[in-house]
Amino acid sequence: MPTAPLIAYAHVGKSFDGGSSPGRVVAVDDVSLHVAAGEFLAIVGGSGSGKTTLLRLANRLIDADAGTVTVEGADVQTVDPVQLRRRIGYVFQSGGLFPHLSVADNIGITPKLLGWPATEIAARVDELLDLVRLDRAQHRDRLPQELSGGQRQRVGVARALAAKPRIVLMDEPFGALDPLTRDALGDDYRALHNKLALTTVMITHDMTEAILLADRVAVMRGGRLLAEGTPGELSTSRDPYVGELLRTPRRQAERLGALLPQGGTA
Amino acid sequence: MSLFSDPRWGEALAHLPDYLGNHVRVSVAALALGLVVSLPLAIAARNRRVVRGALLSLASIVQTVPGLALLALFYPLLLALAALTLTWFGFGFSAFGFLPAVLALALYSMLPVLRNTITGLNGVEPAILEAAQGVGMTSLQSLFTVELPLALPVMMAGIRTAAVWVIGTATLSTPIGQTSLGNYIFAGLQTQNWVFVLFGCLAAAILALAVDQLLALIENGIRNRSRLRTALGGLGIAVLVVATLVPSMARSSSSYVVGAKTFAEQYVLSALIAQRLRAAGLSATSREGLGSNVIFEALKSNDIDVYVDYSGTLWANQFHRTDIKPREELLGELKTTLARENITLLGELGFENAYALVMPKKRAEALGIHSIADLAAHAGAMSLAADYEFFSRPEWAALQKVYGLSFRAQRQMQPDFMYAAVASGEVDVIAGYTSDGLIAKYDLVVLEDSRHAIPPYDAIVLLSPKRADDPTLKAALVPLLGKIDIANMREANLRAAGGDATSSPDVVARWLWEKIGKQ
Repeated sequence: MPTAPLIAYAHVGKSFDGGSSPGRVVAVDDVSLHVAAGEFLAIVGGSGSGKTTLLRLANRLIDADAGTVTVEGADVQTVDPVQLRRRIGYVFQSGGLFPHLSVADNIGITPKLLGWPATEIAARVDELLDLVRLDRAQHRDRLPQELSGGQRQRVGVARALAAKPRIVLMDEPFGALDPLTRDALGDDYRALHNKLALTTVMITHDMTEAILLADRVAVMRGGRLLAEGTPGELSTSRDPYVGELLRTPRRQAERLGALLPQGGTA
Repeated sequence: MSLFSDPRWGEALAHLPDYLGNHVRVSVAALALGLVVSLPLAIAARNRRVVRGALLSLASIVQTVPGLALLALFYPLLLALAALTLTWFGFGFSAFGFLPAVLALALYSMLPVLRNTITGLNGVEPAILEAAQGVGMTSLQSLFTVELPLALPVMMAGIRTAAVWVIGTATLSTPIGQTSLGNYIFAGLQTQNWVFVLFGCLAAAILALAVDQLLALIENGIRNRSRLRTALGGLGIAVLVVATLVPSMARSSSSYVVGAKTFAEQYVLSALIAQRLRAAGLSATSREGLGSNVIFEALKSNDIDVYVDYSGTLWANQFHRTDIKPREELLGELKTTLARENITLLGELGFENAYALVMPKKRAEALGIHSIADLAAHAGAMSLAADYEFFSRPEWAALQKVYGLSFRAQRQMQPDFMYAAVASGEVDVIAGYTSDGLIAKYDLVVLEDSRHAIPPYDAIVLLSPKRADDPTLKAALVPLLGKIDIANMREANLRAAGGDATSSPDVVARWLWEKIGKQ
């Protein structure tokens, strides 16, 4: 088991203005959750489950109404949010790349904000392009719109890693990609997580992806944390929603096993 | 004679460095001021719905004020302000020309800049803003490295629109004393010099297009991260500014400034005065096309040195007198009133340019109309046209009262077109000007004002307080006094309205001097 928690949520709550509807919409309701150093946690839930809000509370893109969020031992309310975000990597849904900046400038943005010397940033950009398996010469000076969806998300990952963070937050990072690209990128990222000894929290609505990539899975619904644990632990949960979420990958695996002959070298 | 061999093109070209230089100077200053004010306002207001709405409505309201009116409004406003600073802080400033023009034009440039900057900034995708925050940017860093660059194309479109508007509207700053390419247009319209009008319009259009294209080049350069294009565009603008500023800087400021209002007679008389000053070895420049109120205030505050006004105009407009006195008495009283403002009434030129009711001679004879009293019986079936101010002037009130005049219809008309309109029968009677040459040209008759409802309008030469004790100036102008009779002035005005090469105010003024010099 991993050691002391790097990110800890304690009885955290957050609600928003309901917009047109009266009253407030509760997005996160009394959630307590620990993420250990070096752990890969996936948070699974449908839309409106509060999973994205929970993720953003960690780097103060959103501030909690109740409870405390602790990162690297410090209550996030006591640290400067800008400095906090600079030391936490964040991968946005469909990249979130700056369309007017080249690949290299996108990747180098956080080091630049931190005041690294230009030569060091350039070297770091090349290193990261290698790391996310993009050809340096070919991609360095391109603009985001000249890249494929998968390449853009690789740049997004590289940007998140640029300032050598210990923690990476990922907001449905592979959701918009085709299955093959998604699979390859997922595996590549997991390898990076291990190699760089990162602590990763990934949001996904896909239980299969969560089981395949994460060490631990947390399930959210209606702002509440329903269950958390390793895939094995989750399978013993008596919560009907968790059971339902797990049934789908299981059934798919069974049907695929029946439909696809166990041939080849596998 | 082909259009382009007309010598007036050469004359127009000779004015170009002065007019264009001043035009660029006032436009660039106004645009720069407009940007300096609008950009921070737009940035501050972009996320505040109420402020944003208020700001845009205000700018829209300004935009609905016609350019000419906006410019004219700034003059009295600044005059009052200058008077305040003089009493409070012991210094005044010139409310004439450059300053009011720059302020009004800057205000005029604000709407497109505000609107496009706000639209551009609000158009940046929320996901991108979140990413900027997520990678650790402060809100200022987000603004400068992400939001402004992404909003730039929309903002530049607004800036380009503002530039074109300002350059176009700057032609209207002539009447408040700012020399501009509008000098061609105002002078040309008044003296029927279509070459000047065309030249002024073309020059303003070319300038606007050139600036627009240079700004487009800069925008294109920034967008495609091409330093070359950005630099070329910037260099182009800089060259334009420097090239137009150098000649106007080099002009001497010690010369006598002769003012002229916005009609042909004034252009001819100011040209005549300038010629006389130069003949006396003095250096003279002209400020033409000044509004009727502006020109008097400009003289009072020494922005111009000499011009010709009319006794009745000063009496009614400047000193708000509604009583009508016999000519000698009125002149005497005017002289003492002017002296209190330190303005010298040097003397009368010898003719009157009064309002008069005018109609075709044949029609008048057929109906047996010789005087306004005769007209009164027929007026109920007739229409009357006059310039834009006549119907609100005391003369019209007096005419109605004294003769019991009441027309079937009243129309306001550009003075240049009134005479043709009455000659063609489009209207029956016009309130014309006694010295207008078109009276003879169209075979019109001035109806006699036997009951003296209209005050005397003697043309008088006025000197600024600064020139009150200037013997050289006075000596140069005294030979004009009492020498210009109504026949000569009408003839001169007719020549000035001729619409050909011999009709430029300079040429007509020389003809007039020949004529009166021989007397």
